[in-house]
Amino acid sequence: MSLLTEPVGVSHFLVVGAVMFVTGALCMATKRNALGVLMGIELVLNGANINFVAFGSSYLRENSLGLDGQFFALFVIVLAAAEAAVALAIALSFYNNHATIDVDQADELKG
Amino acid sequence: MDIGVVLSWLLGFAVLMPLGSFALILLFGPQMGKGGKQAGACATGAILVSCILSVISLGIWLSNHPPIGDHGSAHAAQHDEAVGTDGETNAADSDTHASDEADAVHTDGETDEAVGTDGETNAADSDHHGDHHGDHGHAVAPPHYSYEVYSLGDFGIGHRMSISVYIDTLTVCMFCMVTLIATCIHLYATGYMHDELEGPDYVDHEVTMEDGSHLHRPGRFHRFLQSLSLFCFSMLGLVLSGNIAMTFVFWELVGICSYFLIGFYVERHSASTAANKAFIVNRVGDFGMIIGLMALWGSLGTFSFGGADGIFEQVRSSENDYALVVPDGMVRASAQKEVAAVVAGLGPSATAEQIKKAVDDKLPEWRDAKTSGVPGGYGRWLLIVAGVGIFCGCIGKSAQFPLHVWLPDAMEGPTPVSALVHSATMVAAGVFLVARFYPVFTPEVLFVIALVGAVTLFMAATIAITATDIKRVLAYSTVSQLGYMMLALGLGGWLAGVMHLFTHAFFKSLLFMCSGSVIHAVHTNEMTEMGGLRKKMPWTAYTMLIGCMAIAGAGIPFAVVLFGESYGFGFSGFYSKDAILEQALSFRNTNPGWGNVFFLAAAGGAAITAFYMFRLWYLTFAGQPRDQHRYDHAHESPPVMYRPLILLSVFAIGVAWGPVQGIVCGLVAAIFFFALYIRRSVSGQQEDHHLPSDPLITSLVISVVVVVIGMVLSMSGNNDVTLGNLLEQARPAGTLPTEEAALLSMTWPNEHDSHVAAIRVPATWIAFATAFGGFFLATMFYGLRKLDAAESQKTFAPIHRFLLNKWWFDELYNFLFVRPCHVVSGWIASFDRTWIDGFIDWLAWATKVFAGFWERMADRTIVDGFVNGLATLTYRCGASLRRVQTGSLRQYVMFIVAGTVIVFVLASFWRFALAQ
Repeated sequence: MSLLTEPVGVSHFLVVGAVMFVTGALCMATKRNALGVLMGIELVLNGANINFVAFGSSYLRENSLGLDGQFFALFVIVLAAAEAAVALAIALSFYNNHATIDVDQADELKG
Repeated sequence: MDIGVVLSWLLGFAVLMPLGSFALILLFGPQMGKGGKQAGACATGAILVSCILSVISLGIWLSNHPPIGDHGSAHAAQHDEAVGTDGETNAADSDTHASDEADAVHTDGETDEAVGTDGETNAADSDHHGDHHGDHGHAVAPPHYSYEVYSLGDFGIGHRMSISVYIDTLTVCMFCMVTLIATCIHLYATGYMHDELEGPDYVDHEVTMEDGSHLHRPGRFHRFLQSLSLFCFSMLGLVLSGNIAMTFVFWELVGICSYFLIGFYVERHSASTAANKAFIVNRVGDFGMIIGLMALWGSLGTFSFGGADGIFEQVRSSENDYALVVPDGMVRASAQKEVAAVVAGLGPSATAEQIKKAVDDKLPEWRDAKTSGVPGGYGRWLLIVAGVGIFCGCIGKSAQFPLHVWLPDAMEGPTPVSALVHSATMVAAGVFLVARFYPVFTPEVLFVIALVGAVTLFMAATIAITATDIKRVLAYSTVSQLGYMMLALGLGGWLAGVMHLFTHAFFKSLLFMCSGSVIHAVHTNEMTEMGGLRKKMPWTAYTMLIGCMAIAGAGIPFAVVLFGESYGFGFSGFYSKDAILEQALSFRNTNPGWGNVFFLAAAGGAAITAFYMFRLWYLTFAGQPRDQHRYDHAHESPPVMYRPLILLSVFAIGVAWGPVQGIVCGLVAAIFFFALYIRRSVSGQQEDHHLPSDPLITSLVISVVVVVIGMVLSMSGNNDVTLGNLLEQARPAGTLPTEEAALLSMTWPNEHDSHVAAIRVPATWIAFATAFGGFFLATMFYGLRKLDAAESQKTFAPIHRFLLNKWWFDELYNFLFVRPCHVVSGWIASFDRTWIDGFIDWLAWATKVFAGFWERMADRTIVDGFVNGLATLTYRCGASLRRVQTGSLRQYVMFIVAGTVIVFVLASFWRFALAQ
């Protein structure tokens, strides 16, 4: 059984979601620019969102989550927007204090 | 409503008023006006309300139980009816009362029955009284009401304690007397203690500090009134209390109040010592009283006076026609061995009822002296111990020999206190208790009472002759008069003794307040520095003269002829003193041996009384001033002080009179004062410095009031209302008949027999002759100075020294008790210091050593080690974990990712491990 020969189903969405998640995580781990980290976060969230949408779609599965999945995706989007606003405000404030947004410089609270 | 309940409420409130005033002054005293001035109004108002309530009670009592005179049985029928209805009401109303007191009484089934029976008994006995009036052989229960207000405890073996009230004529009359005198004294005190009001800086001139200056202290006016209120509350409570345990509680309250008041000038060494002396000497008497209480409680199981199982009913039961019989409980208690023999004889299988019945069957045999083989029979000694024990308390409180030493020293208190202590409250309590407890006293106890009274009266009278301190003369006079009362009570003259208590209360408070007025004017107690004060303070002088005449028993023998017999007419003391002498003479006729001693003491005491009282008056008011400086500064006291004097002198004159005498003398007095007033007005001398006209108006008003009261009583058909007839109503049942002592060969004569002409006529003449003799001698020595007092002092130097040193009682007690006590205390103190303190110190040292050891061992090592170890561990954990917090955001993300992967792997592994 190969994904390439199958008709598009849940598994394909999961693969895309997983790729996006890993990309986002890598982005978060490697970027020194705070905005890059934020973008990684967005990718992670959206990777997860794809999974929710896929599990919620009644076209892809018979036994789907239904609207619960869609609503969860919407909820995550709203959350992501709020989080982005807060994170950008932090980034701005950090820049004002340190004249940089390099996250490696933000280690004043280390143990 | 049942009149007993009404009376309980009225008198209960009369008791509580002074308590309320005490509480108010205690809490807000210093805030009551400048220097606590309004405290005076508060306390006086409270006692005045009590007085009004008491007089209302007396009115209710009179309308329900009108007294019956010696001659005239017209009221007897009316009396029966009143009391009879009363008895029925008592029983019938019992369910309908809503008042607390009634509830308390009636919720308890047993008590209800008891009170009901009481009422019935009253009614039945009053019938008796009516039918056989004048027949001395029949015993009669006095009309009384006894209620149990609250049950304190029922101990299940026939032992019962409660808060109860006992109301009879004696109670009501005592209430009127105490509150009336206390009101006068409160009024007087607000004037007398005026100095104490002077702000925060009162100067006590009798206390000299180390640097030679006088003591400065804040005024204590409110504190004085506060103690005075508590004193009145205690005394009234004592009079109303329905059982001997409550009496004892109030008894001690009276004691502590006297302690506060005698020691009012606590900075004066003499005052604090006198207060201690009064308190400690009274403890000696109270010790005896506690023994008496134990004897009663242990054998009779009750403290109550009245009621079906009260002490009176047990000792003099109505079944036995109120004759004194040793109660069952006392017989059982003292025949313990015989009871044990009976129980052993019945064997172990006998039930409690069988044992009780077997013992009860034997009781008459044990009680009888002949069949039991014990002198007086079993139980009589216990009854004597109980009686003597109770009387010991009275010895202390009423300052009888040998515990009289505290009373003269009690003069250190302010004069209003002396007046109160000496007339209406403290010392009256002892005589009152003897009168109240009279049914329980066996003839043997009465003999002890008479003996103590006779010794006291003679001894104190002799000491009073030589005293020069005006208050000390009065103090010894009080001791002597109390001796008279005790002697009368002990000789079987219940009425004579109690009547003297009342008349004495009025004239002695008058005398004390007059002496206070003098002291207030001349600032000294020494009569040797007075003299001629009559011109300066006429009202004090003449009211005091009235007091002196009353105490000497001035009167005209056989002045009034009534129903074919002639009766004397005189001041209040005349009636009571004559009654005492009559009883003494009557006793002498039945018992020639001791009777002679008692009669001589009484008659001699009467002569000495007249002598020292007029000596006091002459030295103070007559002759020439001995100290010109003091004389010049003397002045009549303010109205607030002399008005009570006038009121009290009216009572001192006429408290023993009936309405008719009251009307006649009141009219004469009113006309006299009116004439004086008119003369004064006409000659335009109102502003005469020496004789202000204001007292004239006061006297005029009081005379008119006396006439009006006499008219009201007379119009309402109460012509027999006299103090004597009233108190006769309260005579304890069964104490009138002639009694033989079981252990002494003596006979106590019937008190009514002392009024027959064969005894009355000589007794009256002897009383008159002795009193006149005393007066004559005093006039010779101090009035006319025909005889020289100093010369006779020299002639009788040893006797004079003996009397001046008060029979060396203080020195004797000092030698016998105080000094040995000090020596023993010294030993005990040194034992205390060396051995007990040493042991305690050693114990402290040992504890300290042990504690130090234990601290090192347990606390520092184990407890501290554990806690410190825990802290170190936590610290090390934290220190190693802090390295993880690198502060690098990207590293954290890696941790998260790695953590997630690890958790995922572990979870999968777990799953597969479980699946296998």
